Amino acid sequence: MSTKPTPVTADAPKKRLTTSAMIASIAAEGQATRPAPFGHGLVKLAESRPDIVGLTADLGKYTDLHIFAKAYPDRFYQMGMAEQLLMSTAAGLAREGFMPFATTYAVFAARRAYDFIAMAIAEENLPVKIVCALPGLTTGYGPSHQATDDIAIFRAMPNMTIIDPCDAIDIEGAVPAIAEYPGPVYLRLLRGQVPVVLDEYDYQFELGKAKRLRDGADVLFISSGILTMRVLEAAKRLDKDGISCAVLHSPTIKPLDVETILAEADRMDRLLIVAENHSEIGGLGEAVALALLKNGRAPRLRHVALPDAFLDAGALPTLHDRYGISVERICERTKGWLNED
Amino acid sequence: MTPTPDTALKANMSLADRAYRIRRNAVLMGEVQGQGYVGQALGIADVLAVSYFHAMRYRADDPHWEGRDRFLLSIGHYAIALYAALIEAGIVPEDELETYGCDDSRLPMSGMASYTPGMEITGGSLGHGLGIAVGMALGLKRKQSDRFIFNLMSDGELGEGSTWEAAMGAAHHRLGNLINLVDFNNQQADGPSREMLSSEPVTDKFSAFGWHVQRVDGNDIDAVRNAFDIAMAIEDDRPRAIIFDTRMGSGVPFLESREVTHFIRVEPHEWTLALDALEAGRPT
Repeated sequence: MSTKPTPVTADAPKKRLTTSAMIASIAAEGQATRPAPFGHGLVKLAESRPDIVGLTADLGKYTDLHIFAKAYPDRFYQMGMAEQLLMSTAAGLAREGFMPFATTYAVFAARRAYDFIAMAIAEENLPVKIVCALPGLTTGYGPSHQATDDIAIFRAMPNMTIIDPCDAIDIEGAVPAIAEYPGPVYLRLLRGQVPVVLDEYDYQFELGKAKRLRDGADVLFISSGILTMRVLEAAKRLDKDGISCAVLHSPTIKPLDVETILAEADRMDRLLIVAENHSEIGGLGEAVALALLKNGRAPRLRHVALPDAFLDAGALPTLHDRYGISVERICERTKGWLNED
Repeated sequence: MTPTPDTALKANMSLADRAYRIRRNAVLMGEVQGQGYVGQALGIADVLAVSYFHAMRYRADDPHWEGRDRFLLSIGHYAIALYAALIEAGIVPEDELETYGCDDSRLPMSGMASYTPGMEITGGSLGHGLGIAVGMALGLKRKQSDRFIFNLMSDGELGEGSTWEAAMGAAHHRLGNLINLVDFNNQQADGPSREMLSSEPVTDKFSAFGWHVQRVDGNDIDAVRNAFDIAMAIEDDRPRAIIFDTRMGSGVPFLESREVTHFIRVEPHEWTLALDALEAGRPT
């Protein structure tokens, strides 16, 4: 039943990788980062948007909303450890003409507050922005904190727009863009020291748009979130082995940019790999596959995603490797798929 | 709005007569569908009469008027009761009464904000109204409005954990502009509320959560009016709760005495009898 590692025995080596802090930065050592892009982005936006208010359920510091709270204490609401109330209150404030940014962890929004988001916010199409830390496998604390099912859950919710940004630049672009958009939005947040990756590319976040970050003739990666960061790095390494990879970054999961995805799939005959920081069920992979099939395309398609399982606890590098979403594993799996007949 | 002779006449009506007319509207709608939560509507009619004809400020021809007091129906299945009041208040035209629960009607069986003028929220998934009320009350305070948020919930909703998150939140944020109306008819889907998941002592609970609480006979219209007056007049910033003990089917004796259930069964020939019974008990 269990796939957990075997217990540590007396003769096992004592030194192992330790579980990272719950909210450890996902930045690699030496990687360029920016602090709290969401918090600073919201503060900047709020200068010209007096309708913006911030709410959290006892996770202000852990969702970077504390920066907004400090800048605008009278526009910040601490709702306590009460996620249902967090979402209902956000709905009520939206009804009175405000634009609430409500933050918590992704697991608590998707699982615990689901009915309140569905009925009080989405059914009424209110402009509540739900911004959630720890998406997918970005903590080693086990299934209680790993939101591996959040995209599946929110994709099935009518009216909900879903954003899965890749890095600090993506988040800085997404904050004003989702504030412009009049409906409810779910944003998968990277917080703390957030990597800067997309500065190398001519990139600007646009709601609802997938963007080609690099071109290549052998493989087309379609990705979102931190897996875009991973496949960009994998593409560089594979290039050295003579494998040419394109990367299409699709930070808007819903509504999916089907037009761009079809155009990119049609441009060349390539192995198509969808890569996402989410369960293989119900995320970007299934969305892309359905869009392709519904439009009469059936390219060779593979999927880099988390397994349909409650995942292990442990150090993030160990877990990313174990579940196949590390750069090394992506390179290795891509080569294997290219060598399939 | 300039009063027409008709509304001027209505303005002289007693609250008891308003309650009678709300009950009558509900029974007429029940007859359209041959079913509906008529028992609840009859039970809560006095509270609705006081809400719409004594306590609340609103404009019948402008349901979104910023200066209105907000009335949230957390219990979506009580929609028939609120429609009856909205029709009496002139917010919904009387001739829509016969569309209740029909295809393409603005009066669906469960209350939804996008369908009906004067329906502030989509209720029905229980335990939602009070939390939304907290957000709206905070919103009104931000706007420095002196208006009230009224939330109508049922005793069954006291079983939802979200109700108590909201009860804590309302007190914590000092929402003296929030008035929670609890219809305590002691009936929920599977039987008497006290036997399902008892919320008693409910006044002590709200009080311990930091609320101003009253508990009155919800079918004694003078007591109901008095409780509203007190809730709206107290000087501190505690949120206010009024627990109304009500009788399902109130105003129609043969329904009141029927074996009380969540969904009172009314035979086809009984709708007319119910109207007759209401008429017989109409205040003079």
